[in-house]
Amino acid sequence: MNRRTPRLIPGLGLGIVGIYFITPLLATGVFSLWEGGDRYGLSAYAALIHQPKLWQSLGLSIRLAIETILVGLVVLVPAVFWLNLRVQRLRPLFDFLSVLPFVVPPIALVAGMTTLYTGPDWFVGTANYLVVPYVILALPYTYRALDVGMRALDLKTLTEASQSLGAGWFTLIFRVVVPNLTTALIGAALLTIAIVMGEFTFANILLFNTFAVYIDYIGQTSATEASALTLLSFLITWLAMLGVLVTGRSGRGQVQIGGAR
Amino acid sequence: MSPEAIPPAGRIARSGGWFTIAFMAPFLLYVTAFLILPTLMLLATAFLGKHGLTLHYVRSLGEGQTVVAFRNSIELSAMAAFVGIVVGGLTAYFVLLPGMPRGLRSLVTTFGAVAANFAGVPLAFAFIATLGSLGIITVWLKLIGINLYGSGFTLYSLPGLVLVYAYFQIPLMVIVITPALEALRREWREAAENLGASAWDYWRHVGLPILLPSLLSAYILLFGNAFSAYATPYALTSGIVALVPVAISNVLSGNVMVSQQTGAALALGMIGVMVVVMGIYALIARRVGRWVKR
Repeated sequence: MNRRTPRLIPGLGLGIVGIYFITPLLATGVFSLWEGGDRYGLSAYAALIHQPKLWQSLGLSIRLAIETILVGLVVLVPAVFWLNLRVQRLRPLFDFLSVLPFVVPPIALVAGMTTLYTGPDWFVGTANYLVVPYVILALPYTYRALDVGMRALDLKTLTEASQSLGAGWFTLIFRVVVPNLTTALIGAALLTIAIVMGEFTFANILLFNTFAVYIDYIGQTSATEASALTLLSFLITWLAMLGVLVTGRSGRGQVQIGGAR
Repeated sequence: MSPEAIPPAGRIARSGGWFTIAFMAPFLLYVTAFLILPTLMLLATAFLGKHGLTLHYVRSLGEGQTVVAFRNSIELSAMAAFVGIVVGGLTAYFVLLPGMPRGLRSLVTTFGAVAANFAGVPLAFAFIATLGSLGIITVWLKLIGINLYGSGFTLYSLPGLVLVYAYFQIPLMVIVITPALEALRREWREAAENLGASAWDYWRHVGLPILLPSLLSAYILLFGNAFSAYATPYALTSGIVALVPVAISNVLSGNVMVSQQTGAALALGMIGVMVVVMGIYALIARRVGRWVKR
């Protein structure tokens, strides 16, 4: 069989796919530099830098991402730990629960949450409320990452060794198990950042000014500024994913998927 | 050392139900309160009227506007999943071919991870800047005499949405199908060729049957991914194309004068579609699993 001819078709195919993926990014870049007519420059970027609302929304999204990571870990680490150590028979339940966020689309979940939780104000009234659904959105990926990480550990030996040295539960989990999971945790955390930074559904319906909502808002008034923010958002996703791949390389470099559709 | 002197190493290994509750409760309560109860709440809202149980709101799913929205959503997701499967599958296959440049694979993996996560509002704007009525490509094509929008194309339509969705569907497919393609052993191909099979014979009788379960689960994943997409169509079409997620958001934001219950019924309908799709997948997977031992 001639091994040379097939190279042409794959090369051509990959070339076309590549063009499809590169073009929108290049076009957005050119568009963000457009100043009307034939003039090109950085005015859209200059205008954005002086928008306090941009920095507020960006700051809010970053804060929500960190809070989501922390709440998600506090809720999941003990449960996945115990699942792997003692109650393997609950695994089907966990697998089921971790695909549920997939069956219930975000827009349906937010519909349910708005009818169920109408108060009190300190709970639903501040942007921190968004952390509640964001933990659910990140749940499948955080669970997967933690589970894969813990399966690779000999939890029984670790537990018995640390307890025979006099460690309590807190020490065991946070000073023995968690440090052994660094790779898995960083992967889950970066993916959560990518999800939260782009999340639009909950923030838009619940009327909080996160980064994605701000991009949408700018898009109503200035297309060039929206393009500049689009590039910034792409850059954030790129950095987060690069982090996932670099940290994952030592273990099983597992690429994850998620994000705000 | 006498047995009594052994430190209580087995303490945890033997500890009972109370520990299970202590470790599991936060997670289970969280999921119950913020995932399961809201979903059940939808069920209750959709079926409860002012005077007890009613089918009124669920029946309203059969009305003209709603049927159109559901048909559009399902059609769009089916097409976007199909495009993703075909283009993404071929891309993954081409990248894995022997003799491809060294760095290509890691480039595709990295870019795929980014593109699969790059969606929503920014993605919509990227395509508006590219192929919108004033987009860079649209304008350039006009300069060389091709009037894209004059020839009937518009980004703000179902085919336009498929084109945009492909941007996160294709990389998602590449990510999920690459491990399955890697599991295809070269020996099988060689054995088939030695027995006189053509490339078509190999794929028809060996390759595709082995890949079938992976392809099916990938299709379900891609379908669900497109079906629940909200930010992208919201920012892109702002209601020109009727889709279920956008319809629900209109109810929730009070943009249209319909009751909360109708919104709940719509959301329930979405969950229903996902459950049916997952159910079909489980059925086929079981049927396939009989032949393919994994």
